[in-house]
This record gives sequence, structure tokens and C-alpha cells, in this order.
Amino acid sequence: MTQNLRVKSSEFIDETNRISFKFDGKTYYGFKGDTLASALIANNVHLVGRSFKYHRPRGIMTSGSEEPNAIVQVNPNSNITEPNARATEIEIYEGLEASSQNCWPSVNFDIGGINNFLAPLFPAGFYYKTFMWPKSFWEKYEFFIRHSAGLGKSPNTRDPDIYDHRNIHCDVLVVGAGISGILAAKNAAKNNFKTLLLDEKNELGGSIIFEANEDNKINYNSAFEWLKTEINELKNIKNLEIKTRTSVAAYHQYNYLLARENLTDHLVKKDKKNKIRQRLLKIRAKKVILATGALERPLIFNNNDRPGIMLSSAIKKYGNFYGVACGTKNIFFTNNDSAYESALSLHNKGIKVEAIIDIRENSDAKIIKKINDAGIKIYWAHTIVDTRGYKRLSGVSIMKLSNDGTSVTGSKISISCNCLGIAGGWTPAVHLYTQSGSKLTFDEERKIFIPKADTKEQISVGSCGGDFELDEIITNLNYKLKNFLNINKTDFEGITLENDHETSKRNIWLLPSDQTIGKTKPFVDYQNDATAKDIKLALREGFRSIEHVKRYTTTGMGTDQGKLGNMHALGIIADIAGVKMGELGTTTFRPPYTPLTFGTIVGRNVGEFFDTFRRTPMNDWHIKNKAEFENVGQWKRSWYYPKENETMHQAVQRESKAARQSAGLLDASTLGKIDIQGSDASEFLNRVYTNAWSKLAIGKCRYGLMLNEDGMVYDDGVTTRLSENHYIMTTTTGGAANVLGKLEDYLQTEWPELDVYLTSVTDHFATASLCGPNSKKILNKIIPDLDLSDNNFPHMSFKEVLIDKIKCRIMRISFTGEQSYEINAPASYGEAIWQKCIEAGKEFNITPYGTETMHLLRAEKGFLIVGQDTDGTMTPIDLQMDWIVSKKKYDFIGQRSLYRSDTMKEDRKQLVGLLTEDPNIVLEEGAQIVSELNQKPVEMLGHVTSSYFSPNLNKSIALAVVKDGKNMMGRKLFVPMENKNISVTVANTVFYDEKNERLNA
Amino acid sequence: MFLINCPYCGERDQQEFKAGGEAHIERPKQPTELSDNEWAEYLFMRKNIKGVQFERWNHAHGCRKWFNMARDTSNDEIKAIYKMGEKPPTQ
Repeated sequence: MTQNLRVKSSEFIDETNRISFKFDGKTYYGFKGDTLASALIANNVHLVGRSFKYHRPRGIMTSGSEEPNAIVQVNPNSNITEPNARATEIEIYEGLEASSQNCWPSVNFDIGGINNFLAPLFPAGFYYKTFMWPKSFWEKYEFFIRHSAGLGKSPNTRDPDIYDHRNIHCDVLVVGAGISGILAAKNAAKNNFKTLLLDEKNELGGSIIFEANEDNKINYNSAFEWLKTEINELKNIKNLEIKTRTSVAAYHQYNYLLARENLTDHLVKKDKKNKIRQRLLKIRAKKVILATGALERPLIFNNNDRPGIMLSSAIKKYGNFYGVACGTKNIFFTNNDSAYESALSLHNKGIKVEAIIDIRENSDAKIIKKINDAGIKIYWAHTIVDTRGYKRLSGVSIMKLSNDGTSVTGSKISISCNCLGIAGGWTPAVHLYTQSGSKLTFDEERKIFIPKADTKEQISVGSCGGDFELDEIITNLNYKLKNFLNINKTDFEGITLENDHETSKRNIWLLPSDQTIGKTKPFVDYQNDATAKDIKLALREGFRSIEHVKRYTTTGMGTDQGKLGNMHALGIIADIAGVKMGELGTTTFRPPYTPLTFGTIVGRNVGEFFDTFRRTPMNDWHIKNKAEFENVGQWKRSWYYPKENETMHQAVQRESKAARQSAGLLDASTLGKIDIQGSDASEFLNRVYTNAWSKLAIGKCRYGLMLNEDGMVYDDGVTTRLSENHYIMTTTTGGAANVLGKLEDYLQTEWPELDVYLTSVTDHFATASLCGPNSKKILNKIIPDLDLSDNNFPHMSFKEVLIDKIKCRIMRISFTGEQSYEINAPASYGEAIWQKCIEAGKEFNITPYGTETMHLLRAEKGFLIVGQDTDGTMTPIDLQMDWIVSKKKYDFIGQRSLYRSDTMKEDRKQLVGLLTEDPNIVLEEGAQIVSELNQKPVEMLGHVTSSYFSPNLNKSIALAVVKDGKNMMGRKLFVPMENKNISVTVANTVFYDEKNERLNA
Repeated sequence: MFLINCPYCGERDQQEFKAGGEAHIERPKQPTELSDNEWAEYLFMRKNIKGVQFERWNHAHGCRKWFNMARDTSNDEIKAIYKMGEKPPTQ
């Protein structure tokens, strides 16, 4: 049945602009200005979803971001669909498609609805309790649980929309554009504060606008008319930026806030195109004014979740703002005066209000008389004990409340209705306030948590600060603003205010029923189907902490984060545990306030910007020559250069052979390079490396090992003395930034007296490493003038030369065991130098090789790679590198730790070589090593750290760390694998050219 | 996200900085003369207090300078920022 429930024209709805949209496959019409929720209600659609656990039919409950029930899937038939959108926030546009969630096959006939009848089987902690036995069945249970868990369906292709980030710095940020926020922003801007005003809705004005309460008067006029004039004035104010559809998600320390600005979600498809969908605002504000308002509380009674049961304020908003009647026969259920305003506003529009049920004994408010005059029946001191109607509310049963409010008496009265407004009072929206780290205090009389204190940088104004009546709000705002902004006067000081005041209060967190609690369903958290019964059960089972009860019952853990029912959960716990609510505290309010899309969070950092790469100056050559690349830190390094149909293994074997037989060329530009200058540079190196540096001659190179203060190897590399007070240090590719950081740390904090300056020059030089027996001949072709004899340019020395007028540094150092020269050219000439080496090497079949061959060649020589053969637990002694640790130096980083009892143990894990019995079997890196095969439990002696098939030795070689390895030379050990046990023998770490004869061949 | 007043650059966002642990732990001048326990005390033992804590910070993505900060760990209020080598504030 589609019945038009549009009852009144509204200035916020453009009735000349009719919009069609689809919900659950059916086409409906609404108007520009409608939300999906208001448009559905206008079409008399109340059943919009199913609850999470019991699959109970649910309808629209609120009119804002706190909505727990009406969460829908947008664009359900597209693979960029979005789940868990709130119907109350979606502005309709031509072509909008949405569907219900959590139901199958349809919202009207949902198989999962059977859970509702099995509800006694699903108490709190059901999953924890049920699926524990038998233990081995968990994997089977998990499959089904995972399939039934989760809300909505996620998109399955890349998000095509554009998202953006923007940094904003402002003097004053005002969050919330209700009357308090508008006046605060206006006065801040007028006093020359650069001001930003944000509101999550598309219209300014907050509750005053839609409430249209005729009893609230400012300057003898209606408050909403007065506020509209104020809003109109805002656009003429300098220094004021206003953003609507912008929801503050997080409020971090030091006034750092994140907000999501929604730019195109409300536009038709063609207007969305190529536009930024949402923007994350990163706001650093000098001062923050929170004017986030208050959320209306529901009441907790039996079956309080049927479609048609809504917050009283929402019914009023749908009526006044959207011109939509939520029901044709209405009842209100309340513990305060505000429901009477809603009732009267419906009555004045000619919508039938059957009755008002009030749990209070009476009220002195003026509005009561108007209700009586309107002929609406009031049931004082009554409560609803049950409701009827499955897919739509059809009636309620009420009974008289006992004096203490814990039980009901008398006979049951049945009233039929199709809409029930519930009004449980108001909860200040203190979420952002507490996120900022500020503390709350509990007002026992009014049963609300309010901010404990304002600070120099932050105030809470209006109802989020605990002021609910118009005169209180304006008076306190005036006082607070003057102090906070340090101004003499506000522009609204002295306005005349007139409003009704709330008189009597009665608060009952869980309303009684004539049935026992076990037979009722009083929902506290609608989305997660947590009832007061579950909370009671949790307490009975011994849970006391509010945080534990929350997790056990899932109360407040839905996408609405308990905005509606959390206070009732606290109240029920406090009542049962017999403690005061203030002492119980609240659960933590965590960001985001409302859910964010991942797109908004990552902004532009997607695709190639997700994780940026560093590329060497020779990168284009590598690509042209079909290199495969490997990620090393942020770098893209060439891994190997396959020819035609070569596999990686074939390419690496070929490259490795060529480098040893003739000549190879490696791009070593990624090695970290630190320029070290100053009169104490030598002393500095003495302190940071394990070996001595003072006597290193100018023009010579030396290998150094750097430890952490705990004695463990941290980095290694060759450092060259360029002149008396000038060194260039090389570090591992991945460790460069950390090494520089560590050196700066020591220099600045421990040894500030040293005259040393460190500069990273990694990116300034490109390095071509030319190696192999023919490297000398090739270099000679490039630099004919340079005497390359071993006398003039020996191993471990350096020359500065001109190549085509380009100043280059050449180090004769070797990581392969072959003669080799590292040519360092200014980065912009990197590719040219590389090209020159390739051309000069052609007649020697020079072979470019990548990191894999480099690793293989160095493994043949037993050279370690820090981070592969070491893992932060290896001392130089463990690595059998005692030779590099100076016994003469008094102190260097990590020295003292080498003499701790633990580091001096003989049987630590030590680096050794491993040879397989079958030379064709290549061990897996990371494989465990044992000495006995049938021992139980088997003792793990160590693991393989590097392993290759050496084409030069024609056998498999490996490096490994083995417990007491130094004393195991020649011992037979085993590497047990899934299908076989591999026999290995402990060997020397140097497999190739043990005497280093090739370096000078 | 803190707003940190680097003594060399001024106020900058926390993401430019790196925390460096407890401050005012001087590296022993003569480590070889220390017992294993004394060395371990220097090497491993750090305070983790609720209240005002003195710590080292580095403007890693800025001037790269190290400096000290007195921070209340209970509410993350930065009480003072002072250069390396300077004495911590008494209040």
C-alpha cells in the first residue's frame, strides 16, 4: 500500500522538484530536500531493515546520524556498493538506489527471522559459550559463523571516486550549527578570529529550526524566526568559513580534529562525475567551541523496537521540516514535557494523536493545558507493558505504574496506533569532548554526563554542555563566550527571552512489564539486539566493569556506537549493582563519531601514491633491458635481467658465471652514503665502528662493522678517507636512514664536543659497480690516463677522476671477491656512466646483474648481509668476525656489551657454512636445523639464513646460524623438511677463493 | 596528535617528530669499569611513570635536532621543551 503521508508543505522541501528513487527494487517518489528516511515515510514505508541477531523487522527510528535501525546498502546492484549508510542522512537524488540489509531473501520475508523465535537460545555470550565444545569443531563452526556475521556487503572492486585531504588552521573552530554554534561563530568572526563553523546536516539552525516551538520567544518573536535572520546575516561576515554536510569524526589532543566533508553524495550521477566525493579536513584550531547538541533518549520497555516506534523529536522533525506524518494514529510515551510539544505539533497539522502515556504522576507545564484543550487523553503514571504488530506497530498495552516504579498494577488497557513516539529525555552529545581527553562529571539529579570543566582552548556550549532551556543556553553562552574569546560584549547580549521550563522529572531506566523479564524483549542496543535481559544476565554471571558488560553483551558496539541506549545500559547496571552512575563511569567514546569511508581516510594516497618508490638514475636503462625489480626498503632495485625465455634461476646462474669469468655490472646506487666532515671525524669513526680508523691513510678504504649499544651487529659498510677531515661512509640500502639517525643521536646528545658534521648524500651519487677479471681492462678503456696497476690503485683504495669532464669517485672495493671498481658519479650522470661501462665492456661480454646474483656471489665468499644473516641477536664474535673487533680501543658503541656474561657464552648461535650431502639440493632459507631426527622434543639448533646453487662451484651452498656452530666444523646435521630430511655438513663460511687470490689477479 | 614546539623550528605537527625514550640517561664515560649489573642498568632499565616524564624527541622530518620534553604521561600535556644539555625545569 502506498499512501502519501505528505501533510504540509515545508520551506525545506522543494515540491516542484519531484525525484524518483528505488528502495528494495521498487520505485518511489520524493522531493528535493528529502532524506531517504523522510521520503520512505512519506510513501508509508516503515519496514526498512532487519536487526542483526534476531532478524526482527525494524523501521526508521530517528532523523539523524544516531540512527541504529534504518541502515541501508546504497547502489546494492553495483560492485562499488556502499554498506551501512544511514537512511536518515542520505539526501535523495534522481536515480538513487538503496536496499535493506541483513535479510534474505527479502526484508518482508526473511529466513533469519527464525532467530527471533529461537531467541531464548541466543543469550549474551552465546557464541563464547556454545562453540567451545568440542574444541576440534571450531573450524567447522567458524565457517558458518563467518557467513552469517557482518552487516551489509562490501564493494568488490576498486573505489572509482576521488577523495581528498585538506589541512586547515583556524583561530576558532565551532562544531555544530544550532543556535549556540551560530551565535558563537558569528561573534568569534566579528571579533577578528579566523573562524570555521561545521555542521553534519545540510541546513544550519539545529533543533530550533525544526522544533518551531511557539513558546520559545526571542525579542518577542518566535525563536526560529529570530534565528533565521541570524543565519542570513552569516554570509556577510568576513573571517567566517561555513561547511555543511561536514561531520567531525575525531577530536584529538592539542585541538587537532578530523572532519569529513561530504561534497557530492547528494548530487545526481552526472554531477558527481570527476568531482571530489569526500574530503578529510585536518583541522588544527587554536580554540574549539563544541556546540554538538543533545540526542534524545528512547525508553526501554518490552518490544520497544517495532517499525513505527520512533523518537518523539524525530516525529516532530519529520512533520515540521519534511512535512511528513510518521503515522495516522499516534501515541506518545514520555518521561518529560518534550513529547507534549511533538504531540501538539502533530495535532495542529490535523494528524491524529490518540493518547500520551506519561510515567510521571503529573506536570505543571503550561503545555499540559493545551493538550487537554486539544482533547488528547493523558495517562499519568502509566507505562507500556507490550506492543503489537510484526512488520508495523499496530497497538500498545499499558498499565499503571507502582509508586516505586518497579512494577505494574491494575488492569491492562489496549490502545491501537501505528506510530509511537518515545521521549526519554536528552543526552548531551559529549562524544567529541571526551575524545579530546577531557573528563566528564555525572549530574545525579538530571541523570546526564556533562563536561567537567572548560579550558582556555575548549568550551562546550548549549545542550552538549548541559543547558537545555533556551534562556539558560543564551545566558550561559554569552558569559562563556566573553571569557573564552576575551571580548567585552557579544552582539546578542540583552536580547529578551521567553520560554517554558520543564518542571517534574521521573527517570526509570528499565520500565517494568506484567511479564517476567525473561519473557520480554526490552531492547537497549537496537542494532546489536542487546536487551536489558542480556545486561542482567551479564551481571548475574559476574561481570561488573561497564567495559566488560559492553563487550559481553555487544551493547553499544554497532555502527551507531550506542548513541541511543548507552545511558540506559549504564543506568540498568548501576541499579542492579547498587552503585551510583557517576561512580560506574562510561565506556570510552572512540573516534570516529560517525563511520568514515576508507576512501576519505586514505585520500589521494592510493595506487602509485600508496607507497612511493625510490628509483635510481639508471632505472630507465634497467626497464629498457627488461630487468625484473625487487623492493628493497623504498627502493626498486633490479633483481635480475632475464633473456628471452630464461627463468630466474637460469638468469642468475648465467649472470653469476659471467661476473666471475669476465665482467659484471651492478647498480649499487641505493647503498646509503653519509658524508662525514670535521676535525674529529676520525675519532667519531673510532667510536661508532668496532675497528680503528685513526691510522687509515688518505685515499684508502676500510670495511667497518657497527654495533648497537647492546653489542649486536647493526650495520656494515665501507668507509673511505677522502682527505684529512673528510670521510664518505656507505651503509646498507635498507639501513641508511636509521644509521644516519643513530649517528646524529650520538653526536648531538652524547658527544656534542666532537667537531663532526653528517650529511646524507645517498641521492647525490649514482654508483656503477664494475667487477670481474676483465674489470680493469674495461675501466682502462674508460679512463686511459689513470694508472690502474695494483701498485698505484690497489684493492681498498680510492681515486678521484674525470670521466668526460665529470668528476667521479672510484673505490676499488669488492663485495663479490673479484677485482672490482665502484664508480660514483653525480646522480644526473648516472645513466651516462652506466652506459659507458656497458659499451666499453661489450668486447668482454659485460653482463649486468641484479641483487639476486649479488647475493649469490657474496655468499660464495661468505660475506654477510646484515638483516639476512643477522637478526639483531648476533655479535661480531657470533659471526666469526673477531678480527674486526679492536682489542686496543678503549671504547666504541657496543664494546662493553661484548663482555657481558651472556654475550661471552661459548655456545651461542654462530654463523657457519653448510654443505648438503647431495650437492644438487638447495636448502630453503629459514629452514630449521637439528642434530637428531628421532629426538622428542627435538632441539632446534638454528636455521638457514642464506642458500643458493653456486654455478661457479657447481654445488649447493648455504650460510646458517647454529648453536655452538664454531665447534661443529665437519659435523653432520639435518634439515628436516615436510617430505624429506636433508643431510648437511657444517663447513667454513667462505666457499670460494679462500685465500682471496682473485682480488689482485 | 601533539603540537610540538621545536626549539629550532617552532610549532610543528607530531608526525614530523620521533620519540627517543627517557632523557637524562648519560652514557657512562668509562663503560669497561662498570660491572655487568651497572652496565645493564644503563642499557636496559627505563622508567615508565604516570605523571611528568622527561623524554628525548627528534625533529626527524625537520631540522633533525634532538631536544628534551617534559610531558605529563597521564594527559599528554607538554610541560616544557628544552635543548639538549640544558637542565630539566624544576617545576
